[in-house]
Amino acid sequence: MIAQVLRSMGARAVDGIWRLGFISRFFVALLMRSGTSFTRFSLTIREVFSTGVLSLIIITVSGFFVGLVLGLQGYETLQRYGSSEALGILVALSLVRELGPVVAGLLFASRAGSALTAEIGLMKTTEQLKAMDMMAVDPIARVVAPRFWGGVISMPLLAALFSTMGVFGAWFIGVVFIGVDDGAFWSQMQASVDFRYDIVNGIIKSVVFGFAVSLIAVFEGYDSAPTAEGVSRAITRTVVNSALTILALDFVLTSFMFRGIG
Amino acid sequence: MNRTVLDLWVGLFVAIGVAAVLFLALKVGNLASANIGETYRLQANFDNIGGLKPRAPVKSSGVVVGRVTEITFDPNLYVAVVKMDVDKRYSFPRDTFATILTSGLLGEQYVGFEVGGDTEMLQAGATITKTQSAVVLEKLISQFMFNKAAESPTAPAQ
Repeated sequence: MIAQVLRSMGARAVDGIWRLGFISRFFVALLMRSGTSFTRFSLTIREVFSTGVLSLIIITVSGFFVGLVLGLQGYETLQRYGSSEALGILVALSLVRELGPVVAGLLFASRAGSALTAEIGLMKTTEQLKAMDMMAVDPIARVVAPRFWGGVISMPLLAALFSTMGVFGAWFIGVVFIGVDDGAFWSQMQASVDFRYDIVNGIIKSVVFGFAVSLIAVFEGYDSAPTAEGVSRAITRTVVNSALTILALDFVLTSFMFRGIG
Repeated sequence: MNRTVLDLWVGLFVAIGVAAVLFLALKVGNLASANIGETYRLQANFDNIGGLKPRAPVKSSGVVVGRVTEITFDPNLYVAVVKMDVDKRYSFPRDTFATILTSGLLGEQYVGFEVGGDTEMLQAGATITKTQSAVVLEKLISQFMFNKAAESPTAPAQ
């Protein structure tokens, strides 16, 4: 009984490490064959369209609503201490440092990452990738790499847009509806948000998340079992693994970036 | 989809993204005015800095003239050494008083310069000798309480 439990734990650990090694090798192979994605940039542009442009609406709308909620809840708490003018600081710092990259990353994983996995998985199932290989077209260079770089390019732009819409949403609810002073809202925000520490760190986070989510998405697609069930499982794994990776990476990055800074 | 339409959409997307970054940098982060041009380094020793942090503003007459860059502890003199970058456009007399103040009751702490009357100016790298520590609320309250305790025995006796 105990031996069986141990054995299954061991099998899972070995499987996990094996997959980690596999995804690392896949990443190196992907980077080495990325030349085509930049020499034939139209391939990448097509993917920027499907991952970035088509995610615009969900990112803008959810950013705006997150800002609305932050504004309402922040005001509710801050006005108890008579400092409702600090609403701008609260909203801007929480969006730029954390919520912008993380929530945009989660949305990006479920909107664009799942689509990437499904597309590549279906290509594998219908043996299009093999057919390309037969015609001496490298499927990683032609299919996988442009999708990866398209995701990497889109993600930081989407995160910045998310933060912007969030700040705008908080301004809308706080200043327009509740009546927080407009000048105090912006000037307090500008006084305490630092370009280098807050905004650049937020952008670095979103770039890292872009790499992680795109890599997981294309890898799961490429690695999926070539059946209908296999593709559906690969999509589930993409969303779950991306979400966990984003949250774990966010903690690691935050603890490095914002240590000892007020 | 048509190639030109695709390019147009992607171009629009990138433009919106860059505009968002610019908005964050200029309107939220205030990159334009937060960037103090050329600076010179001043230093001041405080007995107690309270809650002063790096990047806190240095103000004179309420106007931001610099930033705190580094706070260290001097193990020989047992004082806190605060290093500040002050805007080159402003120079201060040698007997300038550096005080750690709080903006509002619960606000952030900053270094305030009160200008003296000396004709010589502080040079780059100089140390401000006249300093006043942060007000520690607990000390103030305990002093007040001790004073009250010293007074009180006389009052109820009558």
